Amino acid sequence: MNIVEKILARASGKSSVSPDDVVFANVDKVMLHDVSGPGVIKVFDKLKNQGISVDKLWDPSKVWVAEDHFVPSAEKVSAENIVKLSNFTKKYGIEKHFKYGMGQYGICHTLSHEEALVMPGDVYVGGDSHTNTTGALGAFACGLGHTDVAYVLLNGNIWFKVPETYYFKINGKLPDHVMAKDLILKIIGDMGTDGGAYRTMQFGGSGVDDMSVESRLTLCNMTTEAGAKNGIAEPDQKVIDYLSSRGATNVNLVNGDDDAEYAKIFEYELSEMEPIIAKPFSPANTTVVREAPSVELDKSYIGSCTGAKYEDLEAVARILKGRKVKIRTEILPAAISIYQRAMENGLLKIFLDAGVTVGPPTCGACCGAHMGVLAKDEICISTTNRNFPGRMGHIESQTYLSSPLVAAASAVTGKITDPRDLK
Amino acid sequence: MEPFKKVISIITPLDKVNVDTDQIVPKQFLKLIHKSGFGKFLFYNWRYDVNENLKSDFVLNDSKYDNSKILVTGDNFGCGSSREHAVWSLQDYGFSVIIAPSFADIFFSNCFKNGILPISLNQKTVEKLQQELDTIEVDLEKQIIKTSSEDISFKIDSYKKKILLEGLDDIAQTLQFEEKISKFERESKVPSVL
Repeated sequence: MNIVEKILARASGKSSVSPDDVVFANVDKVMLHDVSGPGVIKVFDKLKNQGISVDKLWDPSKVWVAEDHFVPSAEKVSAENIVKLSNFTKKYGIEKHFKYGMGQYGICHTLSHEEALVMPGDVYVGGDSHTNTTGALGAFACGLGHTDVAYVLLNGNIWFKVPETYYFKINGKLPDHVMAKDLILKIIGDMGTDGGAYRTMQFGGSGVDDMSVESRLTLCNMTTEAGAKNGIAEPDQKVIDYLSSRGATNVNLVNGDDDAEYAKIFEYELSEMEPIIAKPFSPANTTVVREAPSVELDKSYIGSCTGAKYEDLEAVARILKGRKVKIRTEILPAAISIYQRAMENGLLKIFLDAGVTVGPPTCGACCGAHMGVLAKDEICISTTNRNFPGRMGHIESQTYLSSPLVAAASAVTGKITDPRDLK
Repeated sequence: MEPFKKVISIITPLDKVNVDTDQIVPKQFLKLIHKSGFGKFLFYNWRYDVNENLKSDFVLNDSKYDNSKILVTGDNFGCGSSREHAVWSLQDYGFSVIIAPSFADIFFSNCFKNGILPISLNQKTVEKLQQELDTIEVDLEKQIIKTSSEDISFKIDSYKKKILLEGLDDIAQTLQFEEKISKFERESKVPSVL
């Protein structure tokens, strides 16, 4: 069996499973945020009206709640949703509620790794499509709708059809100017936004072994944009060290068998890679940066679960050190812990000296919610994950998706820029 | 949930692929959580201009489709975020059947939780259906779509068919067996997971 098959077999109490088997799996961790949380509360209210008991959750210690999409509250509906979430966590005894303005909080997917909330081998589900991110720790991680999350909260399990696995064998080493974001954009460009539909995208090979855990998080994060059920990176000692340094103990890895089967194998050579962007209006609409259209950018946005981890901010600082931005540039670290490290290690000074505005952790303008959305006809380069029409603001705005290095280099020139071409 | 009955209606052709949930219901409405009333936000940016006037060139705004319950659209419908609001909008607007060559995974699953029937048919059949001007009939029981010229059969998982036909909701249905589930949990050999 491969990793995902092993995890699902263990979680469903079976000795082995194969693709297309339907299994009822015990869930290890569940996540809600300020959009899916109120949606789940609504489902609970409906169940209650049907006479179904929603008095207690299956296991509140396995649930955590993030405030990320609409914090800081820009208007009263968002503010009221935060109050609803607080009442919910209080009522059900959920202790892991990461609140805006009270120490560590941030984007839900970022908390999953920063706070070591998910372990390798876990079955982890969340009320958000980018739950896939956390597969980088070697867990089976996928997003669910509100009704399914409500079901898991009450019962602790859910059924899955065991997905087929596409194996991405990544060879070589990332060149200095190329990041994991470039690789995943390349893959999505090659396979299309539904190329991974209902499949696991598994990343392995010497290139992944050589990558940091944070780079693997970027890969798994955007498997969602390829339509995949989940993404997973083959876990190793780096994952153990990463989680242990964040307080986890007894971290055990689940890896595939030598004779594991894959539906398809794709190979990529990192040393041949170049910086890549996705043009409007699809993450699959990719081109190499040096062949990008010459457009006047209005803004560079460095944020989100995809592109504002500590490693991403370090890459941005490498470019911005001693330089000034030419266009409106915002950096929103994805969690307070990242913000704090950025401060301690002098990154914030580099950003502020360059003229950047540093904002609080939030999904913010990535989903066009608030905190720097785009006006009509504005063009943005962004380290986020989606560039559908209107995604980051006005329906007639445009977003180019890129790596943090490219977003920073472009902030300096005001045009889409390969970091190698920066003077 | 209401039991799913035969749907007899003209189709609304939405000739687009990769329709993502940001287009089905834009982010500014995600803060709202009442399940009803989402219909007016459906395809918001395609239906309304900046002054919130209806755009005459968008198919849903053509009054001949006002009572249509069947949306026929392109590949990978419902991709993007997991927001269940997307399904709530389609349902509240009046759609109960969505036909496409393929659907995004989470969206597909969310449909069944809310009494919408998503049907995958091959590309050629979908293209032909998009040209259909007459009323068609979707018979879930028999798994047949009847058009003026032919009967098209479709596949559906038998469990999903049952929950739609009986108007059962996944959670409600499972919780009818709460006692058995608890007993199984107590006696089960499934290793407890931390």
